[in-house]
This record gives sequence, structure tokens and C-alpha cells, in this order.
Amino acid sequence: MRAIGIIFRRELAAYLTSPMGFVVAAVVLLIDGLLFYGQALGPAAGERLSAEVLARFFYNTSGLVAIAAVAVSIRLLAEERQLDTLTLLNTSPIRDREIVLGKFLSAFAFLSGITLLSFYMPLLILVNGKISLGHVWVGYVGLFLLGGAVLAIGVFASALTRHQLLAAALGSAFTGIMFLFWPLSLVIDPPLSRVMAALAIHGRHFSGFQIGVLQLRDVVYYLAVTYFFLLMATKTLEAKRWE
Amino acid sequence: MLQASGLTKYFGGKRAVGPVSFQIDQGRTVGFLGLNGVGKTTLLRMIACDLRPSAGSLVVRGIDGVRDPHGLRRLVGFLPQYPPLYEDMTVGDYLRFAGRIRGMDAPSVERRIPEVEDLTHLRHMHNEIVRHLSHGYRQRVGVAQAVVHDPDLLILDEPTHGLDPAQIVEMRTLIRGLTEHHTVLISSHNLPEISETCDHLFVLDAGEIIASGTEQELSGRLLQSRYVEVSVLPGRDAVAAAGAGGTASDASAASVTGLLSNVPGVKQVSSAGRDDGALAFVIETADDRRADICKALVEAGYGVVRLEQSRRKLENVFLELVQGSEGASDRDHIPS
Repeated sequence: MRAIGIIFRRELAAYLTSPMGFVVAAVVLLIDGLLFYGQALGPAAGERLSAEVLARFFYNTSGLVAIAAVAVSIRLLAEERQLDTLTLLNTSPIRDREIVLGKFLSAFAFLSGITLLSFYMPLLILVNGKISLGHVWVGYVGLFLLGGAVLAIGVFASALTRHQLLAAALGSAFTGIMFLFWPLSLVIDPPLSRVMAALAIHGRHFSGFQIGVLQLRDVVYYLAVTYFFLLMATKTLEAKRWE
Repeated sequence: MLQASGLTKYFGGKRAVGPVSFQIDQGRTVGFLGLNGVGKTTLLRMIACDLRPSAGSLVVRGIDGVRDPHGLRRLVGFLPQYPPLYEDMTVGDYLRFAGRIRGMDAPSVERRIPEVEDLTHLRHMHNEIVRHLSHGYRQRVGVAQAVVHDPDLLILDEPTHGLDPAQIVEMRTLIRGLTEHHTVLISSHNLPEISETCDHLFVLDAGEIIASGTEQELSGRLLQSRYVEVSVLPGRDAVAAAGAGGTASDASAASVTGLLSNVPGVKQVSSAGRDDGALAFVIETADDRRADICKALVEAGYGVVRLEQSRRKLENVFLELVQGSEGASDRDHIPS
């Protein structure tokens, strides 16, 4: 735990002192705000129930959170390898899982910060309409869980290579495939469609959070995806020592 | 202190190192010498527990590095060829992070950082961002991170890599200071660099140790003769010769050659041209005859401006050795 905390603080400081972190935050919040304006406040918004506007907000934000998660995670291990700083961690008395967890948690904290900065949008709905705070709370839990799962995929992609661009491509590809499982499951026949729907990172598993319904099944799914990819990242780091 | 037995590393199907076996005593400064690509870095990375060996064992102060790598890492400080520096941190924050990640508690790190900064002459750079440091300072920060936790075993991989001559001298001085408190392993492809700081050498080729010993032992083993380089200013006889129609340097070279050939133990004297205005010679002797040579020259009225054991011949023999040639078959040909 001690080593995780040391790495967590170092990585979080790196996010907060580098322009990259702020650029990602600014772009995500700008696009999220524009989408919210277009769908809830702008002239083309039309009349909608507040709960429906909130659900649309969580739907849009979930896609942006996924993109931001890939963007902030790709540097975590690939950059260490690219700059040869991983040697410092590899020759210190810490375990590979502590390296992976420390880095994941720092990225998760940063991503959660970006996500929470979007909280003014549900508040705007609350000012002009009527929504349940439980709906808001469950929606944000969904965003955090989805963000964590995509971050874990990004950490795994980052562990595979020393090139950040390649890590970004791999992380985007893995995440994109897991997003595509849902639309694919709607057009193919069972039993494969059931498998794809169960594995899809969005769609069935996020739709509950979107409308304010917290289901244990979905929570377990996101935690399992997160655990699986963090484990893969740890095993990749271990395997690289044998190369 | 350190015992390696059959240490081997394969990358895929290609053997990079080993099997190598050696033992290093506490407090020694040991150099690993070899051309680029012979496995020095891989061997040091295995000792630093950065790479896992494919076979063999590595024991440092009773801790098995294969079974308990974390235990061994606590005892080791490692400076890779390219220092592992976080460019966005200040020197102080970086050393704090390096100490903490190596297992030190916060008060110990705070006490230790000023000591290490003094040792590596970095105190005035404490608040500088690493990204803004020159190459020489970055290398010092690399050394500082390797010693911040006061390790028993310090491993320096090509510590003067990319430094200018002035920085190399500074780095050698720094390393000599470190050898007083740590067992030090240094790798290099440069014999003078290693021989000036190390008391024991391992010569590597194709991932194997092909020779080991002190520089004197190796030179004695590899060379049948010793070589002395000497530079002298023309003596009184040269002036007389010049007056009789000859040139001063011709007369001096001939007379010095004749004089040195008569010194007991001298096998051969060869002129090596000019050395900054002085006449240079390379003298082959059966054993160490530097004192006799110096005495003969001074008594004959020559000004001795340089007299030293020649390393160039030994360097050539090392090169031949590691390049897999027929050993020192042409050892009688003295390089000029």
C-alpha cells in the first residue's frame, strides 16, 4: 500500500503539472458542454422531460469519459519505458501490481476530477426542472465505473509497448471493439448475440446507470473488466522482465 | 558479498550472457570491460534485478536474487546507461521519490537528501527542474538516485557515457569518492576509465568472462613485456652535435636510444616521434624498470618531462582478446 501511495502521488502531480492533462480536461468539458447546450438549452432542444435530458447527458458524457480515459492512460507505462524511467521502478523493492495500481489510481483520480467538473450540468437541469438526486448519483457511479474500466484497458495497452501512439491505437481499438459488441449483438443471432451483449462495455451495462437504475450485475461487470485488464497489465510487466 | 553461479540470459533463442560465474568481495571496485554489445549491460541489469536470469543463481549478502528479488533490490543502487530521470520533477522531489520508492521512510529521506546532494555537488540544483539540467548534471542526479538509499552494492553502467572531458574527470572523482563507502560495479568499453577507478577487472566477450584480475595481473598475463613511454628534452650532447653539422633532434634521439639500450632489463627502444616539443620513446622492458630509466636519463643531463607505464599496448591486447583474434600474436609490434 505504501508504494502504491508514493506512485499515486507522483503520477497525480505529473497530471496536474503537465499541459496534457489540462488539454484533455478542457476538450472533454467543452464538447460535453456544447452537447448539453444543444440538447437541453439551445433553440433546437425542444421540449423534453428533465429525466430524459439527464439520461441524454449521461449518455453523451459516458462516451467522452471513455475517450478521456484512453487519452490519460496511454502515457502511464509506455512513457516510462520510452524515457527509460521504468528502470527506477523495476530496480526498487516494489511489486509490479503496486506499480500498475498506483498508476491506475492516479489516472482514476484525475479522470474522476474531470468527470465531476461536469456536475454543473445536472444542476442546471435541477434549476429548470425536476430530477431525482438518486438518478444523478447513480449516473455518476456509472460514469466512474465505465471510466475505471476503460482506464484499465488503456493501462494494459500502455504496458504492451514503449510507443505512446501505438499504445493509444491499441487502447482505442480494444475499447472500440468492446463498445461495438452492443450494436453487433442487436443484429446477429443467439447465442453469440447474448455473449456479445454480456461483454459489451456500453449498451446493456450502462443503460441502467443512464436512467438512474443501479443494478449489481452492471457494477460487477465493470469491476470485473477493470480487474481483468489490470491483471493483464501486471502480467505483461512481469513477462517483459523475462524478455 | 556477491556470488554469481552460471548466470545466463537468453532473449528469445539468442544467448546474450553466460553462463558466467564470479565472486566479488565487500568493498571492492570491479570493472566489466568489453566492446559494445558483448552483454555488459544485460549482466548488470540482472545483478540489479531489472532482468530475470534465464538460468543460474545470484546471491548478494546471503540473499538469493532469483528467489527474493525484492530483498536484493534493497541492497542495490543502479545507474543505467541512460539515467532514469523524471523530467518534470525538481532534483529534490526526484531524489525524495527515489528514496521513498526504495523503502526509506520520510524523515530518513529528508535527512539523506542534503548528504547525497553534497556528495554529488547538486545542493545548488535542489529546486531545478530536471528537464533544464545539462547532461553532466543529469548524470550526477542519476548517481544521486542510485546512492540515496545508501546501498551496499552500487552498479554504474557506462557512468561517463556522453560526458565531455571535463565532466569525465568530475565523474571519475565522484566515483572514487563512492568507492570508499560502497562495493561498486562499473561497466565500460574504455580501459583507461575502468583501470583508473577499479581494483579488479572482468573482460567480457560474447556474453562470457574471458579474463579477470587486476590490470597488473592481466597485463602480466597477456603481455610478455612491459612498456614504458618516456618523453625527454634534448640534452647537452645534442647542442654539440648541432654545432658539428647534424640536427639537435637526430643527435638526441640516437644518443637517448643508445643510452636506454644499455639500461639493465631494457629489451628494445623505439623512437615515437615528438611529444609536444620533446622526444618520445617507447621502451620494452622485462620488468618494471621505470626508476632505472629515469635515473639514467637524469644523470646524462636529459630533462624528463613524461615517464609512464604504457597502456596503449594493453588496450590493443584487450581489443584483440575481445575481438576473438589470435590473442596477442603480434605483441612484439609496439604501437606508436
